[in-house]
Amino acid sequence: MMALLAQQTEAVIETAWIPNAFFFVIAAVMVLAALKMVSTKNVVHAALYLLIVLSGVAAVYIFLGAEFAAATQILVYLGAIMVLLLFGVMLTRAKLGAETDLDHDQRWIGALVGASLLAVMSYSLWDAFGGDKLPADPTPQDAPTGVKNTQLVADEIFSTYLVSFEVLSVLLLAALIGAVVVARRD
Amino acid sequence: MFLNQFLLLAAVLFCIGVYGVLVRKNGVLVLMSIELILNAVNINLVAFSAFNQNIDGQVFALFIIAVAAAEVGVGLAIVLLIYRNRRSIDVAEANLLKG
Repeated sequence: MMALLAQQTEAVIETAWIPNAFFFVIAAVMVLAALKMVSTKNVVHAALYLLIVLSGVAAVYIFLGAEFAAATQILVYLGAIMVLLLFGVMLTRAKLGAETDLDHDQRWIGALVGASLLAVMSYSLWDAFGGDKLPADPTPQDAPTGVKNTQLVADEIFSTYLVSFEVLSVLLLAALIGAVVVARRD
Repeated sequence: MFLNQFLLLAAVLFCIGVYGVLVRKNGVLVLMSIELILNAVNINLVAFSAFNQNIDGQVFALFIIAVAAAEVGVGLAIVLLIYRNRRSIDVAEANLLKG
């Protein structure tokens, strides 16, 4: 019995690196796609690279145990916002091939700002959270047993954050009407 | 898994988004870079939500997703209006307020 248990824990330890390896593959794909997005010469390609990054973000949410946020990410970003951005590309009559004039001339200033920001942020992150590990089970300690993450999110939104939620719906309505009024042709 | 691997990924994406906002001239591409920045912040919120075993971070991330949808709608309407008035969405050419 003890030998069986030991064998099982050994198996658990041996497979613990697999999600980590997946994470690093996904993170590398996301960073490469983001770099291509800000450097490509084609507006439609930039939108498709953004699609890769956004699906990677949804995968990261799954790693963090936030399945409802991942589903919302896919529905709202990949479904709605990407279509909206592609409509924007279409309505502003971007060329369907490579464009020559998408970047400012002083590109190195932007690169300098980005790189120094990254240096400062990664130093402070390393300083503050050096080797902190995520808990194995990200659901709150005080949650009743058997309650899923999505249920907790729903409880929180419709109790603690009820007023903010209603204000958010009004904001969405205002943005919808505002967008129609601003873009109306007359 | 470490907390820092998520935070550093978010920091890298944020900085790439900042570079895109600063360097791109096309208005639609600037909006795409802003989406990248918002997503990087969302990764941070969800990561801290898992780290602190507290659900509030996920709720904030969902709110940010909704506000980003509103933002991109209004932003694209503005870009469209600039295009209609000036026949170009080059943000460097939108300099009427410059003295």
